[in-house]
Amino acid sequence: MNSVNKADVIVVGAGPAGISAAIAVARGGKKVLLIERAQYAGSKNMYGGAVYTTALKEVFKDDFKTIPYERIINSHTWAFLTDTGSFEMTYKNDDSSASYAIKRFNLEKWMIERAKEAGVYYIPNTLVTNLLLKDGCVIGVKTELEEYFASVTILADGVNSLLSRQINLRNNFEPKDIILSVKEAIKLDKKVIEERFNLKDDCTNGVNKLYFGTGFGKTKDVKNLFMMTFLHTFKDTVMLGVGANLADLTKNKLNLNEILDEVKKHPDISPLIKDGETIEYSAHLIPEGGYNKMPKLVSSGVIIAGDAAGFINSVHLEGTNFALISGKLAGESALSAIDNNDFSERSLLIYRKKLEKSFILKDLYSYRNVIDKLHSRSNSLSVYYPKKIRELFEIVTSANCISKGEQIRNYVKSFFKDRKVTELFKDIFAFFKCGFDVFFGK
Amino acid sequence: MNENKDNKKSIQEKLELLKYNCANSSHLIVDQKKCAKCKEKPCTFICPAGVYTKDEITGEIVVQYENCLECGACRIACPKNIIDWSYPESGCGVVFKHN
Repeated sequence: MNSVNKADVIVVGAGPAGISAAIAVARGGKKVLLIERAQYAGSKNMYGGAVYTTALKEVFKDDFKTIPYERIINSHTWAFLTDTGSFEMTYKNDDSSASYAIKRFNLEKWMIERAKEAGVYYIPNTLVTNLLLKDGCVIGVKTELEEYFASVTILADGVNSLLSRQINLRNNFEPKDIILSVKEAIKLDKKVIEERFNLKDDCTNGVNKLYFGTGFGKTKDVKNLFMMTFLHTFKDTVMLGVGANLADLTKNKLNLNEILDEVKKHPDISPLIKDGETIEYSAHLIPEGGYNKMPKLVSSGVIIAGDAAGFINSVHLEGTNFALISGKLAGESALSAIDNNDFSERSLLIYRKKLEKSFILKDLYSYRNVIDKLHSRSNSLSVYYPKKIRELFEIVTSANCISKGEQIRNYVKSFFKDRKVTELFKDIFAFFKCGFDVFFGK
Repeated sequence: MNENKDNKKSIQEKLELLKYNCANSSHLIVDQKKCAKCKEKPCTFICPAGVYTKDEITGEIVVQYENCLECGACRIACPKNIIDWSYPESGCGVVFKHN
């Protein structure tokens, strides 16, 4: 066996989880190979557009200062779209630097440089096709050309994680647990972006907007579509995308590009991207199964991290930070297994203990029912309440010779008349159930 | 049907913006016999890159794998798990830069 092909740890996938895992192992003084199928790490990835900085600081320490971000995202808008307008709520804090807009191509490129500095052996352009097993224990990986061997293999191979399914660590996701997302990068003059979004010219502020509501365009008559539109400002690009539940799309025979094109025409969104030139189109899946669909996290000789394990909290747009920290914990767990010279499933279960102590499993647990509940109430979220908000603001913002008291009484009554009363109670129950779970969570 | 054509055109225009590396062989394999029995054929409308189309004459599924964005939607949406979905060969496939 060639010594080049042997290491203490192999990490498959150079995304945030994999790179973070590899760095943790290298910092522990052990030999680690980081294998990536793409020519450039990051070139297969896609996300909303921003990463929370705390996890980056934890993994990259002082180097964090050199990260090539484009704008600090510190203005957050939540909006409901109706067919003729919207209701928006914005929170802005120019002092905040909790989130950075950065392209994944640039983020991963920068992270890879840090990994190499830490002593990680980086092997790009290499597709892992199989896991190598001996007596039920993962002992390495097979690529198209070679075999590599290690005591521990960390799978950070992303949402589709074909490798974890090879050894039944994970079941296939069902469409209802998956969000399909498409995004366009729309190029605009830097100054135009700054004027349009009320931004400073030094990139110290930036905007994130989230839109709910499907009652317009092609989706106007679709009753149940769990969907969200997102927008981030970059230096000279606006990232605009939509994410929707895969089961809903399938049931309604919808194509997400078609929906994105409709969103771009919406009266509240089209002025924001006017005269912009689309320079890229991308698609990705988001695993939303959460705690209830969590895979077996370890098996003999193998650990799973990041999207591959379904570690996200989409309510708060968290994913990259879950990947970075779960990767770090996976790397540290591999180190402790090496110290004990025990690579059994039992030994590697220290990973689960570390996750339980961190925010990752606490949040996954607290939010375990939230997405399912929101999904089951998608008509309320996407159609009914946007309509009710519009009705309310029509009363508040117009005068029509009917007393306000009467209008408001009628408005309140309409909640009991519009739909079956049980629908209202289901919404209220779902709201309190989610709130209760999170408040009394771990 | 007309709307569908507009969307196909829209997708095509967007795909033309993308860079792809070497696509020598298909990483998406379908089983035409099983596909013929599938009524819904979600792959033909769900794929954000419009990779799958039903040939109107033969009824077979045509797979334009070279347009694939490697998202995996077809794999999970396929009701019978027919699509043998893998990644393109090492270093091949789509290259996102403004992602």
